[in-house]
Amino acid sequence: MYRVTREPIDLQELVQRVTDASAGAIATFIGTTRNNNEGRKVIALDYEAYPEMAEKELARIGEDAGKKWKIERMAITHRIGPVQITEPSVIIAVSAAHRDDAFQACRFAIEEIKKTVPIWKKEVFEGGEVWIGTQSGQPLTRS
Amino acid sequence: MKVKVKFFAILRERAGAGEIAKDIEEGSTVADLWAMLKKEYPNLAPVDTRLLYAVNQNYVKPDYALKNGDEVVFIPPVSGGSK
Repeated sequence: MYRVTREPIDLQELVQRVTDASAGAIATFIGTTRNNNEGRKVIALDYEAYPEMAEKELARIGEDAGKKWKIERMAITHRIGPVQITEPSVIIAVSAAHRDDAFQACRFAIEEIKKTVPIWKKEVFEGGEVWIGTQSGQPLTRS
Repeated sequence: MKVKVKFFAILRERAGAGEIAKDIEEGSTVADLWAMLKKEYPNLAPVDTRLLYAVNQNYVKPDYALKNGDEVVFIPPVSGGSK
């Protein structure tokens, strides 16, 4: 249910993974690559993971969500490697008996992913590239 | 004793290696190991603010005492992004 992959992510496959007879709602979140960031023209995002730990941390997020809200199932797939403009880098699907739990757990999952899951994002833009979140030290921009 | 260190993302680029083996003294903490590595790979030094430590795929505190065969990963800030 919690995966890191180099392949494009299929939304329908995640929806199937969380489909459950006792669920009355499925919420999904799709994080996509946009073509601009802080005034830079973005060409692609290139993700790198510590894969074994990333999958463990994604599973922990699912467990934590299950303690906070009444959900049936959660699935998260994060893509690594180059992700082109408009393509999904992460998809979350959550099923629950009621929509409020599904929405809240889905929101929680994406916020947690950005805090604790060892997956890093390099932005490739016109004129250089930079590791996002690593603003300390000298910028890694190169022309 | 020996530990395995894996570098990812900005640290991998700055160390110029994805994985190294390191001989360390008994009782060394993960913070001691990082201090050693910064001397050996000076390019790593500017990246050490907000660094987290993982041993055998779990987050640990800086004073975690390493054991022979541990797999250590230093984790720079993860992908982040605005809301």
